[in-house]
Amino acid sequence: MLEAPAIAALTILVLALFVGVEVISKVPPLLHTPLMSGSNAISGITIVGAILAAGAEHAALAKWLGFAAIVFAMINVVGGFLVTNRMLAMFKPKDRKAD
Amino acid sequence: MTTTLIQLAYLIAAVLFILGLRNLSSPKTASLGNAMAAVGMLIAIVATLLYQEVVDYGMVIAGILVGSVIGLVAARRVAMTDMPQMVALLNGFGGAASTLVAGAEVIGRISTDQPPTGVVPIAVVLSVLIGGITLTGSLVAFAKLQELMTGSPIQYPGQQFINAAIALGTLALCVLLVMSPLDVGLLAAVAGAALLLGVLLVIPIGGADMPVVIALLNSYSGLAACATGFVLDNSALVISGSLVGASGLILTKIMCDAMNRSLGNVLFGAFGAQTEQAVVGGEDQGTATAYTPLDAAVIFSNAQSVVVVPGYGMAVAQAQHAVRELTDSLAESGIEVNFAIHPVAGRMPGHMNVLLAEADVPYDRLIEMDEINPQFPETDVVLVLGANDVVNPAAREDESSPIYGMPVLEVDKATHVFVIKRSMNPGFAGIQNPLFFKDNTMMIFGDAKKVVIELNDAIKNY
Repeated sequence: MLEAPAIAALTILVLALFVGVEVISKVPPLLHTPLMSGSNAISGITIVGAILAAGAEHAALAKWLGFAAIVFAMINVVGGFLVTNRMLAMFKPKDRKAD
Repeated sequence: MTTTLIQLAYLIAAVLFILGLRNLSSPKTASLGNAMAAVGMLIAIVATLLYQEVVDYGMVIAGILVGSVIGLVAARRVAMTDMPQMVALLNGFGGAASTLVAGAEVIGRISTDQPPTGVVPIAVVLSVLIGGITLTGSLVAFAKLQELMTGSPIQYPGQQFINAAIALGTLALCVLLVMSPLDVGLLAAVAGAALLLGVLLVIPIGGADMPVVIALLNSYSGLAACATGFVLDNSALVISGSLVGASGLILTKIMCDAMNRSLGNVLFGAFGAQTEQAVVGGEDQGTATAYTPLDAAVIFSNAQSVVVVPGYGMAVAQAQHAVRELTDSLAESGIEVNFAIHPVAGRMPGHMNVLLAEADVPYDRLIEMDEINPQFPETDVVLVLGANDVVNPAAREDESSPIYGMPVLEVDKATHVFVIKRSMNPGFAGIQNPLFFKDNTMMIFGDAKKVVIELNDAIKNY
Protein backbone atom coordinates (compact mmCIF):
# COMPACT_ATOMS: atom_id res chain seq x y z
CA MET A 1 0.00 0.00 0.00
CA LEU A 2 2.71 2.49 1.00
CA GLU A 3 5.91 2.82 -1.00
CA ALA A 4 9.31 2.24 0.58
CA PRO A 5 10.30 5.95 0.80
CA ALA A 6 7.02 6.77 2.56
CA ILE A 7 7.59 3.94 5.06
CA ALA A 8 11.12 5.22 5.68
CA ALA A 9 9.83 8.76 6.24
CA LEU A 10 7.10 7.48 8.56
CA THR A 11 9.69 5.51 10.54
CA ILE A 12 11.82 8.64 10.88
CA LEU A 13 8.75 10.63 11.98
CA VAL A 14 7.81 8.20 14.74
CA LEU A 15 11.37 7.86 16.04
CA ALA A 16 11.88 11.63 15.96
CA LEU A 17 8.66 12.14 17.95
CA PHE A 18 9.99 9.82 20.64
CA VAL A 19 13.34 11.63 20.70
CA GLY A 20 11.49 14.95 20.90
CA VAL A 21 9.36 13.87 23.83
CA GLU A 22 12.40 12.46 25.70
CA VAL A 23 14.57 15.53 25.13
CA ILE A 24 11.93 18.18 25.74
CA SER A 25 10.46 16.61 28.88
CA LYS A 26 13.73 17.54 30.58
CA VAL A 27 13.39 21.27 29.87
CA PRO A 28 12.41 23.09 33.11
CA PRO A 29 9.47 25.55 33.17
CA LEU A 30 12.05 28.29 33.72
CA LEU A 31 13.08 27.92 30.07
CA HIS A 32 9.70 27.24 28.46
CA THR A 33 9.63 30.52 26.53
CA PRO A 34 13.13 30.13 25.05
CA LEU A 35 12.20 26.52 24.26
CA MET A 36 9.22 27.73 22.27
CA SER A 37 11.05 30.44 20.37
CA GLY A 38 14.07 28.19 19.79
CA SER A 39 12.03 25.22 18.59
CA ASN A 40 10.06 27.63 16.44
CA ALA A 41 13.30 28.69 14.76
CA ILE A 42 13.98 25.00 14.10
CA SER A 43 10.57 24.65 12.44
CA GLY A 44 11.92 27.24 9.99
CA ILE A 45 13.64 24.21 8.41
CA THR A 46 10.88 24.60 5.81
CA ILE A 47 13.45 27.01 4.32
CA VAL A 48 14.95 23.91 2.68
CA GLY A 49 11.75 23.25 0.73
CA ALA A 50 11.33 26.96 0.04
CA ILE A 51 14.79 27.23 -1.52
CA LEU A 52 14.07 24.24 -3.76
CA ALA A 53 10.75 25.78 -4.83
CA ALA A 54 12.17 29.23 -5.60
CA GLY A 55 15.46 28.06 -7.13
CA ALA A 56 14.28 25.33 -9.48
CA GLU A 57 13.46 25.80 -13.15
CA HIS A 58 9.66 25.58 -13.31
CA ALA A 59 6.44 27.64 -13.35
CA ALA A 60 6.88 31.29 -12.42
CA LEU A 61 4.00 31.18 -9.92
CA ALA A 62 5.66 28.25 -8.11
CA LYS A 63 8.89 30.25 -7.91
CA TRP A 64 7.11 33.27 -6.45
CA LEU A 65 5.35 31.13 -3.87
CA GLY A 66 8.79 29.71 -3.06
CA PHE A 67 10.18 33.22 -2.72
CA ALA A 68 7.42 34.19 -0.26
CA ALA A 69 8.06 30.95 1.63
CA ILE A 70 11.78 31.80 1.88
CA VAL A 71 10.97 35.21 3.35
CA PHE A 72 8.59 33.77 5.97
CA ALA A 73 10.87 30.87 6.86
CA MET A 74 13.91 33.15 7.13
CA ILE A 75 12.07 35.55 9.48
CA ASN A 76 11.27 32.47 11.51
CA VAL A 77 14.86 31.23 11.53
CA VAL A 78 16.72 34.51 12.09
CA GLY A 79 14.09 36.09 14.34
CA GLY A 80 13.64 32.88 16.33
CA PHE A 81 17.30 32.14 17.04
CA LEU A 82 18.20 35.77 17.78
CA VAL A 83 15.31 36.42 20.12
CA THR A 84 16.03 33.14 21.92
CA ASN A 85 19.64 34.17 22.27
CA ARG A 86 18.56 37.55 23.66
CA MET A 87 16.35 35.90 26.25
CA LEU A 88 18.89 33.29 27.30
CA ALA A 89 21.54 35.96 27.82
CA MET A 90 19.31 37.42 30.56
CA PHE A 91 19.11 34.25 32.64
CA LYS A 92 21.79 34.64 35.28
CA PRO A 93 22.46 32.20 38.09
CA LYS A 94 23.64 34.34 41.00
CA ASP A 95 22.72 37.64 42.50
CA ARG A 96 25.60 39.83 41.36
CA LYS A 97 25.04 42.37 44.09
CA ALA A 98 25.22 39.71 46.76
CA ASP A 99 28.52 38.35 45.46
CA MET B 1 27.45 12.05 -5.06
CA THR B 2 26.41 15.59 -4.25
CA THR B 3 22.98 14.35 -3.22
CA THR B 4 24.55 11.91 -0.75
CA LEU B 5 26.65 14.70 0.76
CA ILE B 6 23.60 16.93 1.06
CA GLN B 7 21.68 14.14 2.81
CA LEU B 8 24.59 13.69 5.23
CA ALA B 9 24.62 17.43 5.88
CA TYR B 10 20.90 17.22 6.75
CA LEU B 11 21.68 14.39 9.17
CA ILE B 12 24.33 16.53 10.87
CA ALA B 13 21.82 19.40 11.06
CA ALA B 14 19.23 17.10 12.67
CA VAL B 15 21.77 15.89 15.24
CA LEU B 16 22.65 19.50 16.06
CA PHE B 17 18.95 20.32 16.52
CA ILE B 18 18.51 17.43 18.95
CA LEU B 19 21.68 18.29 20.89
CA GLY B 20 20.64 21.94 20.90
CA LEU B 21 17.23 21.14 22.38
CA ARG B 22 18.87 18.85 24.94
CA ASN B 23 21.12 21.69 26.08
CA LEU B 24 18.01 23.79 26.71
CA SER B 25 17.38 21.60 29.77
CA SER B 26 19.68 23.80 31.89
CA PRO B 27 20.06 27.58 31.91
CA LYS B 28 23.83 27.09 32.04
CA THR B 29 24.01 25.31 28.69
CA ALA B 30 20.93 26.82 27.01
CA SER B 31 22.78 29.55 25.07
CA LEU B 32 25.18 26.94 23.71
CA GLY B 33 22.21 24.78 22.72
CA ASN B 34 20.59 27.62 20.83
CA ALA B 35 23.86 28.31 19.02
CA MET B 36 24.19 24.62 18.08
CA ALA B 37 20.69 24.60 16.60
CA ALA B 38 21.48 27.78 14.66
CA VAL B 39 24.65 26.19 13.22
CA GLY B 40 22.57 23.15 12.25
CA MET B 41 20.20 25.44 10.38
CA LEU B 42 23.10 27.17 8.59
CA ILE B 43 24.46 23.78 7.49
CA ALA B 44 21.02 22.73 6.19
CA ILE B 45 20.60 25.99 4.23
CA VAL B 46 24.08 25.86 2.65
CA ALA B 47 23.62 22.18 1.73
CA THR B 48 20.30 22.95 0.04
CA LEU B 49 21.91 25.67 -2.07
CA LEU B 50 24.21 22.97 -3.49
CA TYR B 51 21.34 20.93 -4.98
CA GLN B 52 21.75 20.83 -8.75
CA GLU B 53 18.03 21.54 -9.16
CA VAL B 54 18.66 24.96 -7.66
CA VAL B 55 19.65 27.08 -10.66
CA ASP B 56 18.08 30.47 -10.03
CA TYR B 57 20.08 31.93 -7.17
CA GLY B 58 18.88 35.52 -7.59
CA MET B 59 15.43 34.87 -6.18
CA VAL B 60 16.75 32.60 -3.43
CA ILE B 61 19.37 35.04 -2.20
CA ALA B 62 16.90 37.94 -2.38
CA GLY B 63 14.38 35.99 -0.27
CA ILE B 64 17.02 35.03 2.28
CA LEU B 65 18.20 38.64 2.59
CA VAL B 66 14.71 40.12 2.95
CA GLY B 67 13.66 37.52 5.53
CA SER B 68 16.91 37.82 7.48
CA VAL B 69 16.71 41.60 7.73
CA ILE B 70 13.08 41.50 8.91
CA GLY B 71 13.91 38.75 11.42
CA LEU B 72 16.98 40.61 12.68
CA VAL B 73 15.18 43.90 13.19
CA ALA B 74 12.18 42.24 14.84
CA ALA B 75 14.36 40.21 17.23
CA ARG B 76 16.41 43.27 18.22
CA ARG B 77 13.51 45.67 18.65
CA VAL B 78 10.89 43.56 20.41
CA ALA B 79 10.39 44.42 24.09
CA MET B 80 10.48 41.52 26.53
CA THR B 81 6.93 42.35 27.61
CA ASP B 82 5.84 41.80 23.99
CA MET B 83 7.40 38.35 23.78
CA PRO B 84 4.06 36.43 23.72
CA GLN B 85 3.03 38.36 20.59
CA MET B 86 6.44 37.81 19.00
CA VAL B 87 6.30 34.05 19.59
CA ALA B 88 2.74 33.94 18.24
CA LEU B 89 3.77 35.79 15.09
CA LEU B 90 6.80 33.57 14.50
CA ASN B 91 4.62 30.45 14.84
CA GLY B 92 2.30 31.89 12.21
CA PHE B 93 5.13 32.61 9.77
CA GLY B 94 6.37 29.04 10.12
CA GLY B 95 2.91 27.80 9.17
CA ALA B 96 2.73 30.23 6.23
CA ALA B 97 6.06 28.98 4.87
CA SER B 98 4.90 25.34 4.97
CA THR B 99 1.64 26.13 3.19
CA LEU B 100 3.45 28.10 0.49
CA VAL B 101 6.01 25.36 -0.11
CA ALA B 102 3.29 22.74 -0.51
CA GLY B 103 1.43 25.07 -2.90
CA ALA B 104 4.59 25.72 -4.92
CA GLU B 105 5.21 21.98 -5.19
CA VAL B 106 1.73 21.37 -6.61
CA ILE B 107 1.99 24.23 -9.12
CA GLY B 108 5.49 23.10 -10.13
CA ARG B 109 4.14 19.59 -10.74
CA ILE B 110 1.32 20.98 -12.88
CA SER B 111 3.77 22.86 -15.09
CA THR B 112 5.86 19.71 -15.63
CA ASP B 113 2.76 17.46 -15.68
CA GLN B 114 3.98 15.09 -12.95
CA PRO B 115 1.01 14.06 -10.78
CA PRO B 116 2.07 13.24 -7.21
CA THR B 117 1.86 9.61 -6.13
CA GLY B 118 1.72 7.59 -2.93
CA VAL B 119 1.35 9.59 0.27
CA VAL B 120 2.31 12.90 -1.37
CA PRO B 121 -1.28 14.09 -2.08
CA ILE B 122 -2.24 13.46 1.57
CA ALA B 123 0.90 15.24 2.75
CA VAL B 124 0.13 18.25 0.51
CA VAL B 125 -3.36 18.53 1.98
CA LEU B 126 -2.05 18.23 5.55
CA SER B 127 0.64 20.84 5.13
CA VAL B 128 -1.71 23.34 3.45
CA LEU B 129 -4.37 22.70 6.11
CA ILE B 130 -2.17 22.77 9.23
CA GLY B 131 -0.01 25.60 7.87
CA GLY B 132 -3.06 27.72 7.05
CA ILE B 133 -4.69 27.19 10.45
CA THR B 134 -1.37 28.01 12.12
CA LEU B 135 -1.02 31.25 10.16
CA THR B 136 -4.40 32.84 10.86
CA GLY B 137 -4.74 31.25 14.32
CA SER B 138 -1.42 32.87 15.26
CA LEU B 139 -2.44 36.20 13.74
CA VAL B 140 -5.61 36.22 15.87
CA ALA B 141 -3.57 35.27 18.96
CA PHE B 142 -1.18 38.11 18.07
CA ALA B 143 -4.07 40.57 17.70
CA LYS B 144 -5.50 39.52 21.08
CA LEU B 145 -2.14 39.81 22.86
CA GLN B 146 -1.33 43.12 21.18
CA GLU B 147 -4.81 44.30 22.20
CA LEU B 148 -5.75 45.08 18.61
CA MET B 149 -8.91 43.14 19.46
CA THR B 150 -10.66 42.13 22.66
CA GLY B 151 -8.95 39.50 24.78
CA SER B 152 -12.29 38.08 25.91
CA PRO B 153 -13.79 35.11 24.09
CA ILE B 154 -15.81 36.12 21.02
CA GLN B 155 -19.03 34.12 20.82
CA TYR B 156 -22.14 34.16 18.67
CA PRO B 157 -25.26 31.99 18.52
CA GLY B 158 -24.71 28.60 16.93
CA GLN B 159 -20.93 29.03 17.01
CA GLN B 160 -20.11 25.37 17.73
CA PHE B 161 -22.53 24.27 15.03
CA ILE B 162 -21.15 26.70 12.43
CA ASN B 163 -17.56 25.72 13.25
CA ALA B 164 -18.44 22.03 13.01
CA ALA B 165 -20.14 22.60 9.64
CA ILE B 166 -17.12 24.50 8.29
CA ALA B 167 -14.77 21.81 9.62
CA LEU B 168 -16.80 19.11 7.85
CA GLY B 169 -16.87 21.13 4.63
CA THR B 170 -13.09 21.56 4.87
CA LEU B 171 -12.69 17.83 5.37
CA ALA B 172 -14.74 17.18 2.21
CA LEU B 173 -12.56 19.62 0.23
CA CYS B 174 -9.47 17.86 1.55
CA VAL B 175 -10.72 14.46 0.38
CA LEU B 176 -11.47 15.90 -3.07
CA LEU B 177 -8.00 17.42 -3.26
CA VAL B 178 -6.36 14.10 -2.35
CA MET B 179 -8.30 12.47 -5.21
CA SER B 180 -7.37 15.15 -7.79
CA PRO B 181 -4.13 16.61 -6.43
CA LEU B 182 -3.36 18.82 -9.43
CA ASP B 183 -6.59 20.85 -9.21
CA VAL B 184 -5.49 24.42 -8.43
CA GLY B 185 -9.03 25.56 -7.64
CA LEU B 186 -9.40 22.88 -4.98
CA LEU B 187 -5.96 23.70 -3.60
CA ALA B 188 -6.96 27.34 -3.21
CA ALA B 189 -10.28 26.31 -1.63
CA VAL B 190 -8.54 24.12 0.97
CA ALA B 191 -6.08 26.92 1.72
CA GLY B 192 -8.94 29.42 2.10
CA ALA B 193 -10.89 27.06 4.36
CA ALA B 194 -7.79 26.48 6.53
CA LEU B 195 -7.26 30.24 6.89
CA LEU B 196 -10.90 30.70 7.91
CA LEU B 197 -10.75 27.81 10.40
CA GLY B 198 -7.65 29.29 12.04
CA VAL B 199 -9.58 32.49 12.79
CA LEU B 200 -12.75 30.73 13.95
CA LEU B 201 -10.89 28.35 16.25
CA VAL B 202 -8.96 31.03 18.14
CA ILE B 203 -11.50 33.89 18.51
CA PRO B 204 -13.60 32.01 21.14
CA ILE B 205 -10.56 31.45 23.36
CA GLY B 206 -10.02 33.88 26.25
CA GLY B 207 -6.83 35.74 27.15
CA ALA B 208 -6.08 33.62 30.21
CA ASP B 209 -5.98 30.50 28.03
CA MET B 210 -3.39 31.98 25.68
CA PRO B 211 -0.50 29.87 27.08
CA VAL B 212 -2.27 26.75 25.77
CA VAL B 213 -3.05 28.33 22.41
CA ILE B 214 0.51 29.52 21.84
CA ALA B 215 1.97 26.14 22.80
CA LEU B 216 -0.49 24.38 20.50
CA LEU B 217 0.23 26.70 17.55
CA ASN B 218 3.93 26.10 18.22
CA SER B 219 3.25 22.40 17.81
CA TYR B 220 1.23 22.99 14.61
CA SER B 221 4.07 24.97 13.03
CA GLY B 222 6.27 21.91 13.56
CA LEU B 223 3.69 19.44 12.28
CA ALA B 224 3.16 21.57 9.16
CA ALA B 225 6.91 21.45 8.46
CA CYS B 226 6.79 17.70 9.04
CA ALA B 227 3.97 17.27 6.50
CA THR B 228 5.94 19.37 4.02
CA GLY B 229 8.82 16.94 4.58
CA PHE B 230 6.58 14.13 3.29
CA VAL B 231 5.62 16.26 0.27
CA LEU B 232 9.27 16.76 -0.68
CA ASP B 233 10.47 13.38 0.63
CA ASN B 234 12.98 15.28 2.73
CA SER B 235 14.08 13.71 6.02
CA ALA B 236 15.50 16.99 7.41
CA LEU B 237 12.01 18.48 7.42
CA VAL B 238 10.42 15.33 8.83
CA ILE B 239 12.88 15.09 11.74
CA SER B 240 12.92 18.79 12.65
CA GLY B 241 9.18 19.17 12.18
CA SER B 242 8.38 16.27 14.46
CA LEU B 243 10.83 17.52 17.13
CA VAL B 244 9.02 20.85 17.20
CA GLY B 245 5.63 19.15 17.03
CA ALA B 246 6.52 17.00 20.04
CA SER B 247 7.85 20.03 21.92
CA GLY B 248 4.65 22.00 21.37
CA LEU B 249 2.47 19.07 22.35
CA ILE B 250 4.35 18.54 25.62
CA LEU B 251 4.05 22.22 26.48
CA THR B 252 0.35 22.11 25.61
CA LYS B 253 -0.14 19.16 27.96
CA ILE B 254 1.82 20.85 30.76
CA MET B 255 -0.31 24.00 30.40
CA CYS B 256 -3.59 22.03 30.38
CA ASP B 257 -2.52 20.00 33.43
CA ALA B 258 -1.61 23.22 35.24
CA MET B 259 -5.22 24.37 34.75
CA ASN B 260 -6.71 20.92 35.42
CA ARG B 261 -8.61 21.17 32.14
CA SER B 262 -8.70 19.08 29.00
CA LEU B 263 -7.45 20.48 25.71
CA GLY B 264 -11.01 20.24 24.37
CA ASN B 265 -12.32 22.34 27.24
CA VAL B 266 -9.68 25.01 26.63
CA LEU B 267 -10.33 25.13 22.88
CA PHE B 268 -14.12 25.03 22.94
CA GLY B 269 -15.10 25.96 26.51
CA ALA B 270 -14.96 29.77 25.95
CA PHE B 271 -13.64 30.10 29.51
CA GLY B 272 -14.08 33.60 30.87
CA ALA B 273 -16.99 34.49 28.59
CA GLN B 274 -19.18 35.34 31.58
CA THR B 275 -16.78 37.99 32.92
CA GLU B 276 -19.16 40.87 32.35
CA GLN B 277 -22.29 39.22 33.67
CA ALA B 278 -22.37 36.78 36.54
CA VAL B 279 -19.48 36.53 38.93
CA VAL B 280 -19.36 32.96 40.14
CA GLY B 281 -19.48 32.57 43.92
CA GLY B 282 -19.43 36.27 44.61
CA GLU B 283 -21.93 36.54 47.45
CA ASP B 284 -21.48 36.45 51.20
CA GLN B 285 -17.73 36.65 51.06
CA GLY B 286 -17.49 39.34 53.72
CA THR B 287 -15.56 42.46 52.99
CA ALA B 288 -12.07 42.92 51.66
CA THR B 289 -9.96 45.46 53.49
CA ALA B 290 -7.95 48.09 51.67
CA TYR B 291 -4.55 49.10 52.99
CA THR B 292 -1.90 51.58 51.92
CA PRO B 293 1.73 50.94 51.00
CA LEU B 294 2.67 52.59 54.32
CA ASP B 295 0.73 49.95 56.27
CA ALA B 296 2.43 47.27 54.24
CA ALA B 297 5.90 48.70 54.86
CA VAL B 298 5.54 48.07 58.60
CA ILE B 299 4.75 44.40 58.06
CA PHE B 300 7.38 43.90 55.36
CA SER B 301 10.06 45.45 57.57
CA ASN B 302 9.32 42.97 60.35
CA ALA B 303 9.31 39.94 58.02
CA GLN B 304 12.06 37.39 57.66
CA SER B 305 10.82 35.67 54.54
CA VAL B 306 8.91 37.16 51.62
CA VAL B 307 7.51 35.40 48.55
CA VAL B 308 6.44 37.40 45.51
CA VAL B 309 3.78 35.87 43.23
CA PRO B 310 3.81 37.58 39.83
CA GLY B 311 0.98 37.33 37.29
CA TYR B 312 -0.12 38.89 34.02
CA GLY B 313 -0.84 42.16 35.88
CA MET B 314 2.89 42.57 36.47
CA ALA B 315 3.52 42.27 32.73
CA VAL B 316 0.75 44.74 31.87
CA ALA B 317 2.06 47.32 34.35
CA GLN B 318 5.66 46.59 33.27
CA ALA B 319 6.42 46.38 36.98
CA GLN B 320 9.25 43.82 36.81
CA HIS B 321 12.06 46.37 37.28
CA ALA B 322 10.26 48.06 40.17
CA VAL B 323 9.78 44.62 41.74
CA ARG B 324 13.46 43.88 41.37
CA GLU B 325 14.28 47.13 43.21
CA LEU B 326 11.82 46.29 45.97
CA THR B 327 13.28 42.82 46.45
CA ASP B 328 16.79 44.32 46.46
CA SER B 329 15.80 46.63 49.34
CA LEU B 330 14.29 43.71 51.23
CA ALA B 331 17.35 41.55 50.64
CA GLU B 332 19.61 44.35 51.89
CA SER B 333 17.66 44.28 55.18
CA GLY B 334 18.44 40.57 55.44
CA ILE B 335 14.98 39.39 54.37
CA GLU B 336 14.87 36.23 52.28
CA VAL B 337 12.95 36.88 49.05
CA ASN B 338 11.79 34.28 46.55
CA PHE B 339 9.41 34.28 43.59
CA ALA B 340 6.67 31.68 43.18
CA ILE B 341 6.00 30.89 39.52
CA HIS B 342 2.77 29.18 38.46
CA PRO B 343 3.10 27.35 35.11
CA VAL B 344 0.25 29.29 33.49
CA ALA B 345 0.97 32.72 35.01
CA GLY B 346 1.00 35.21 32.15
CA ARG B 347 0.17 34.71 28.51
CA MET B 348 2.64 32.08 27.37
CA PRO B 349 4.63 29.23 28.91
CA GLY B 350 7.52 30.69 30.92
CA HIS B 351 6.30 34.29 30.56
CA MET B 352 7.07 35.38 34.15
CA ASN B 353 10.54 33.83 34.10
CA VAL B 354 11.52 35.83 31.03
CA LEU B 355 10.24 39.12 32.46
CA LEU B 356 12.00 38.63 35.81
CA ALA B 357 15.20 37.53 34.08
CA GLU B 358 15.04 40.76 32.07
CA ALA B 359 14.86 42.68 35.35
CA ASP B 360 18.02 40.86 36.50
CA VAL B 361 16.34 38.63 39.06
CA PRO B 362 18.65 35.59 39.35
CA TYR B 363 16.88 32.43 38.17
CA ASP B 364 17.61 30.47 41.35
CA ARG B 365 15.11 32.79 43.07
CA LEU B 366 12.34 31.73 40.69
CA ILE B 367 10.72 28.74 42.39
CA GLU B 368 8.25 26.35 40.73
CA MET B 369 4.84 25.71 42.25
CA ASP B 370 5.43 22.18 43.59
CA GLU B 371 8.62 23.23 45.28
CA ILE B 372 7.35 26.40 46.94
CA ASN B 373 3.88 25.30 48.04
CA PRO B 374 5.14 23.42 51.14
CA GLN B 375 7.05 26.58 52.15
CA PHE B 376 4.07 28.94 52.38
CA PRO B 377 3.11 28.04 55.99
CA GLU B 378 6.58 29.21 57.08
CA THR B 379 6.46 32.37 54.96
CA ASP B 380 5.88 35.69 56.75
CA VAL B 381 4.64 37.80 53.87
CA VAL B 382 3.37 36.95 50.39
CA LEU B 383 3.05 39.72 47.80
CA VAL B 384 0.57 38.83 45.06
CA LEU B 385 1.26 41.06 42.10
CA GLY B 386 -1.27 41.01 39.29
CA ALA B 387 -2.01 37.32 39.77
CA ASN B 388 -5.52 36.09 40.52
CA ASP B 389 -6.77 32.67 39.46
CA VAL B 390 -3.41 30.99 40.14
CA VAL B 391 -3.68 31.92 43.86
CA ASN B 392 -7.42 31.26 44.24
CA PRO B 393 -8.06 28.97 47.25
CA ALA B 394 -11.49 28.11 45.77
CA ALA B 395 -9.59 25.73 43.49
CA ARG B 396 -8.80 23.66 46.60
CA GLU B 397 -11.84 24.31 48.79
CA ASP B 398 -14.96 25.03 46.74
CA GLU B 399 -16.19 22.06 44.73
CA SER B 400 -18.72 24.26 42.92
CA SER B 401 -16.02 26.58 41.59
CA PRO B 402 -15.30 26.34 37.85
CA ILE B 403 -11.60 26.11 38.65
CA TYR B 404 -11.99 23.46 41.37
CA GLY B 405 -9.11 20.99 41.10
CA MET B 406 -6.70 23.37 39.38
CA PRO B 407 -3.31 23.26 41.11
CA VAL B 408 -2.76 26.69 42.71
CA LEU B 409 -0.13 28.50 44.76
CA GLU B 410 -1.28 28.09 48.38
CA VAL B 411 -0.46 31.66 49.39
CA ASP B 412 -3.30 31.89 51.94
CA LYS B 413 -1.25 29.61 54.23
CA ALA B 414 1.31 32.38 54.78
CA THR B 415 1.09 34.67 57.83
CA HIS B 416 0.28 37.81 55.82
CA VAL B 417 -0.82 38.15 52.21
CA PHE B 418 -0.74 41.45 50.33
CA VAL B 419 -2.63 41.57 47.07
CA ILE B 420 -1.90 44.43 44.69
CA LYS B 421 -4.78 44.80 42.29
CA ARG B 422 -6.38 47.56 40.27
CA SER B 423 -9.88 46.94 41.61
CA MET B 424 -12.06 44.20 43.04
CA ASN B 425 -12.99 43.02 39.55
CA PRO B 426 -12.52 39.28 39.17
CA GLY B 427 -9.80 37.96 36.87
CA PHE B 428 -10.09 36.82 33.28
CA ALA B 429 -11.88 33.64 34.23
CA GLY B 430 -14.59 35.76 35.88
CA ILE B 431 -14.35 33.81 39.12
CA GLN B 432 -14.49 35.53 42.50
CA ASN B 433 -11.42 34.98 44.64
CA PRO B 434 -12.08 34.15 48.35
CA LEU B 435 -8.42 34.93 49.05
CA PHE B 436 -9.27 38.65 48.98
CA PHE B 437 -11.69 38.21 51.87
CA LYS B 438 -9.52 36.14 54.20
CA ASP B 439 -8.49 37.59 57.56
CA ASN B 440 -4.78 37.46 56.76
CA THR B 441 -5.21 39.13 53.36
CA MET B 442 -4.68 42.85 52.86
CA MET B 443 -5.60 44.50 49.59
CA ILE B 444 -3.68 47.43 48.12
CA PHE B 445 -5.52 48.94 45.18
CA GLY B 446 -3.68 50.65 42.35
CA ASP B 447 -1.37 50.18 39.40
CA ALA B 448 1.12 47.40 40.20
CA LYS B 449 4.19 49.43 39.26
CA LYS B 450 3.11 52.54 41.14
CA VAL B 451 2.22 50.62 44.29
CA VAL B 452 5.50 48.67 44.26
CA ILE B 453 7.51 51.90 43.94
CA GLU B 454 5.55 53.50 46.80
CA LEU B 455 6.00 50.40 48.90
CA ASN B 456 9.72 50.41 48.26
CA ASP B 457 10.01 54.09 49.26
CA ALA B 458 7.98 53.44 52.39
CA ILE B 459 10.20 50.51 53.38
CA LYS B 460 13.37 52.52 52.79
CA ASN B 461 12.06 55.36 54.98
CA TYR B 462 10.70 53.10 57.66
